[in-house]
Amino acid sequence: MRTDITYINERSPYTDLTEGLQLYAGGTSRLFKTGEWRTNTPVLDQDKCRQCLLCAPVCPDSSIPVQGGRRLDFDYDHCKGCGICAKVCPFGAITMKEGIEA
Amino acid sequence: MSMNGSRDRQVCSKAIPERMSGNEAVSYAIKQVNPDVMPAFPITPSTEIPQMVSTFIANGEIDTAFIPVESEHSAMSAAIGAEAAGARTMTATSSAGLALMWEELLLAASNRLPIVLTLVNRTLSGPININCDHSDGMGARDTGWIQIYAENNQEAYDNYIQAFPIAEDPRVHLPVMICQDGFITSHAVENIELLETEHVRRFVGEYRPEEFLLNPGKPVSVGPYAISAYSMEAKRAQEAAMERAGEVILEVADRFHTMSGRGYGFFEEYRTEDAEYLMVIMGSAAGTAKEAVDELRNEGHKVGIIKIRVFRPFPEKEIAEAIHKSGCKAVAIMDRCESYNGNSGPLGSEIPAGLYRNKVMVDTVNYIYGLAGRDFTVDHVKDVFKELAQVAQGAKPAPHHKYIGLRE
Repeated sequence: MRTDITYINERSPYTDLTEGLQLYAGGTSRLFKTGEWRTNTPVLDQDKCRQCLLCAPVCPDSSIPVQGGRRLDFDYDHCKGCGICAKVCPFGAITMKEGIEA
Repeated sequence: MSMNGSRDRQVCSKAIPERMSGNEAVSYAIKQVNPDVMPAFPITPSTEIPQMVSTFIANGEIDTAFIPVESEHSAMSAAIGAEAAGARTMTATSSAGLALMWEELLLAASNRLPIVLTLVNRTLSGPININCDHSDGMGARDTGWIQIYAENNQEAYDNYIQAFPIAEDPRVHLPVMICQDGFITSHAVENIELLETEHVRRFVGEYRPEEFLLNPGKPVSVGPYAISAYSMEAKRAQEAAMERAGEVILEVADRFHTMSGRGYGFFEEYRTEDAEYLMVIMGSAAGTAKEAVDELRNEGHKVGIIKIRVFRPFPEKEIAEAIHKSGCKAVAIMDRCESYNGNSGPLGSEIPAGLYRNKVMVDTVNYIYGLAGRDFTVDHVKDVFKELAQVAQGAKPAPHHKYIGLRE
């Protein structure tokens, strides 16, 4: 029953799909590059950022990775460009740029 | 197709004679199956079912988790969650309750969850009315659920026990609706033969789903978004499961026959051999029709009944073959539901389509009867057969979509 869904693609016949399109794995949304939907793109100014980390928990798409107490650059594969991080930043370190490119 | 009720095999379970209403019979079957979860919201005429099951639970007779929900929308949502989590889940409803489940009915089927719903058929509003017709079940006919209809309390009980092995078969994995007529079957007390609980439990078996949410180390995602490149394939695969359901329904009926001595098929043929005129009918009114057929046969008229039991998947080929085999001159197709399509009721559309596809050319007349609890009598059935003969002999044109017992 368990199927490695990486073998399923847009050329697979219907008989090869899983039952009810069930996915037999966790965390599979990572494979879905929702960043393509973006029309505006947040850009981080490293010089202005104080690493207060207010931005990371408000991101609805978990697209601000945090490592060792410091935020890294945006995960542009999944950032949808909502702009909440730019609103919440007290230091003006995040600006929204028009378009999909950073 | 086999005749119902005939005890022609070595029977495994002892028959326990009782007197029960249809609601009592299904509630008793639920007690014997002892499902894991029942989310339900009461609605006439199915209210007694959650009420009786709650009593069994309160008395410690079964350990089903009852979820009192705030609506039928929630009842089916909770059923989907429970079934996806790995619990054997069932619910009960009628009429507007089923209509409020609409969105979730489709999700239960597309997520391939073997939920069992007992539907006590009641008309849909409006006008608002609590009595029997099939508009609720027929409204849900394209939701992807298997639908099985009963003539009486015995069949409601027997069909209910067969529902779980059908739904849970890996070739199927679809939800099943077990239907009985509101009040006529659900509240009328009739004789019934119950099965021994140990036999019912063995027949249904332990529920062991292959994949489920509460399964540590084996994560699964249920109901993901599908882009257009996958949705059409997913729907075709679901339809393939419905096509496979037919053979499973017959296999389960065969096992049930061995246990109980009572045989079931897609439909029952009642005195159809050499019949000149046939009536196709579904639900409790089939009992009335059989009585009329017996009286007419005694007078020398060659008439018979095809009583549909399995409506989804629709056995159109088998019905067409049965009509062809009888060699009849004309068929009355009886609908306890209006389709508002300007032509016919649901059976009045699907049976002629099946006849045409199977190249069986015979006159058909579609009758609408018994809406919202309107009486349907033995005399009505006799009138229908009389009219069929007139149509077949060319004495009168085939009426288009005729109502029975209507003031005109």
